[in-house]
Amino acid sequence: MSDSVEESIDLKKVYKGSRPIIATFILMGGTIGLLFSIGLSVSFGAADIDFATVWSAVFQFNPNLTTHQIIQDIRLPRVLGAGLVGVCFAVAGSIMQGMTRNPLADSGLLGLNAGAAFMLAICFAFFPGLPYMYIILFSFLGAALSAGIVYGVGSLAKGGLTPMRLVLAGAAVSALLGALSEGIAIYYHIGQDLAFWYAGGVSGTKWEHLKVMSPWIIAAIIGAIMLSKSITLLSLGDEVAIGLGQRTGKIKFFGSVVVLVLAGAAVSVVGAVGFVGLIVPHLTRFLVGNDYRWIIPCSAILGSLLVILADFAARMINPPYETPIGALIALIGVPFFLYLARKGGKEL
Amino acid sequence: MSVLTVDHIAVGYSNTVIIEELSAAIPEKKITTIIGPNGCGKSTLLKAVARILKTQKGAIFLDGRAIQQVSTKEIAKKLAILPQSAEAPPGLTIFELVSYGRFPHQRGFGTLKKEDLKHIHWAIEVTGLGELRDRPVEALSGGQRQRVWIAMALAQDTEILILDEPTTYLDLAHQLDILLLLKKLNEEEGKTIVMVLHDLNHASRFSHYMIAMKDGEIITEGEPKKVMKSENLKAVFDINAILMTCPFSQNPICLSYQLNKETECLLQTVE
Repeated sequence: MSDSVEESIDLKKVYKGSRPIIATFILMGGTIGLLFSIGLSVSFGAADIDFATVWSAVFQFNPNLTTHQIIQDIRLPRVLGAGLVGVCFAVAGSIMQGMTRNPLADSGLLGLNAGAAFMLAICFAFFPGLPYMYIILFSFLGAALSAGIVYGVGSLAKGGLTPMRLVLAGAAVSALLGALSEGIAIYYHIGQDLAFWYAGGVSGTKWEHLKVMSPWIIAAIIGAIMLSKSITLLSLGDEVAIGLGQRTGKIKFFGSVVVLVLAGAAVSVVGAVGFVGLIVPHLTRFLVGNDYRWIIPCSAILGSLLVILADFAARMINPPYETPIGALIALIGVPFFLYLARKGGKEL
Repeated sequence: MSVLTVDHIAVGYSNTVIIEELSAAIPEKKITTIIGPNGCGKSTLLKAVARILKTQKGAIFLDGRAIQQVSTKEIAKKLAILPQSAEAPPGLTIFELVSYGRFPHQRGFGTLKKEDLKHIHWAIEVTGLGELRDRPVEALSGGQRQRVWIAMALAQDTEILILDEPTTYLDLAHQLDILLLLKKLNEEEGKTIVMVLHDLNHASRFSHYMIAMKDGEIITEGEPKKVMKSENLKAVFDINAILMTCPFSQNPICLSYQLNKETECLLQTVE
């Protein structure tokens, strides 16, 4: 490096980009929005409860009050469940999109969700009454199983894995596993259990679920944040990442494990809801740029916000009935998918 | 003197072997260009040297140590590669892309330190991108984009730069522009440069050392005056070339050429 250039650089005036400011704003504003929407979601429902009661139910719980019980036993776990599900799908989608440079990567589109749901059907049919602690493990396994099949089917084709081809393989495997799950449900008369598990979205979430899934999710999120810088490099392409001294195989392996845990955990609570992992990472990337050190935490916040609001809408559209949350999210997700697909899947 | 030695390597993709056995030594602080017809294994050789492809046999030595035995991050401090079709994700600014070149020197979460910023800014200035550094990479022209990737490799602060067809898809002036930049980096910063070029005249004009390959083997190597001979070009490309001296570099250049079979036809008609 020649000295003249070195001297001419005034380090104080160095441009570092405006992205960190936007990202910090999303993290802070998003957290406030999150708290607000949690409050909103807890107070409105079949019975409307004012904010003051919500506050006291959380911080000065009185088991003799029905409203306190509704909040503590039903609404709070539900909204927290929705938030966690949003975090899981959004972060899983971000990692998949970054690692594979595939703008259409989403745990729903690539069949991971269907795989996890299929394993849940097997659990209900063959091991009825299995504690949730084990159910979640089956869910991880299911996600891994379908990821393996989709990847295998996709790479069998001539010309290798293109984004579109992976999505097609994901759709085929999802359809197959979905049909098998239905078949198992009908044959073993567990349709109602399964339907109860998902159709209501996150409504069935209990503290027990949260206690079991939280450690997994926290561990996966910590892993995701630790991997975030490496994922940014992978998003430049494998060859560039290797050239910069990254051990790409190792990063891809750990990234995949994180994705499987996140998708599996989310599906075990909410069922095979798609598109969260597609929409949120794109939106986040648009706002904060391509640095996954920001994308991962920001998409976690925005993902949980999206699912909490979707769940809130699901309850408010046609009370006292609940609209399936998956259908609501698909309402935004499908047009978004079509838009991305039209752009030729070239965007990443 | 060479820092980079290729010792009896075999390389290829999953089930096709491209290079069966090849040895070469890359001279230090010189510009070395690999030439040869499409599919002869030029890029494969570069990728093997840059450890993107694993060698099936033999070894590549960097500063006397086999690269398989050195941590990949450590290699990245000595050797930077610019792949043929590098494509930046949308929205990435020049500054951001160039800053990723600092990865091998960073620890932990990768906050940019003073030292990193110095290298990034130097790389952006020396490639003439200072005015553009906040622009998104996809908004640049092909020549500018190539400069950004070179800047990223420069920010990596390595002794060796490897470039796979850095001038492809650029017009005449921009090709020269990139090559002059590489020449300057070689002369002023003492960088060892290894690249693949398709333009023989550029290769001859800007290289100290040339390696001519065909079918995964080296046909001839040496300084341009030794390699750029009509019999060599016939052996490598199957062409009949008319050579003359470049008025700028005094190295041989190819004025015009015919396919070998074309010439044979002509000779037959004459007879």
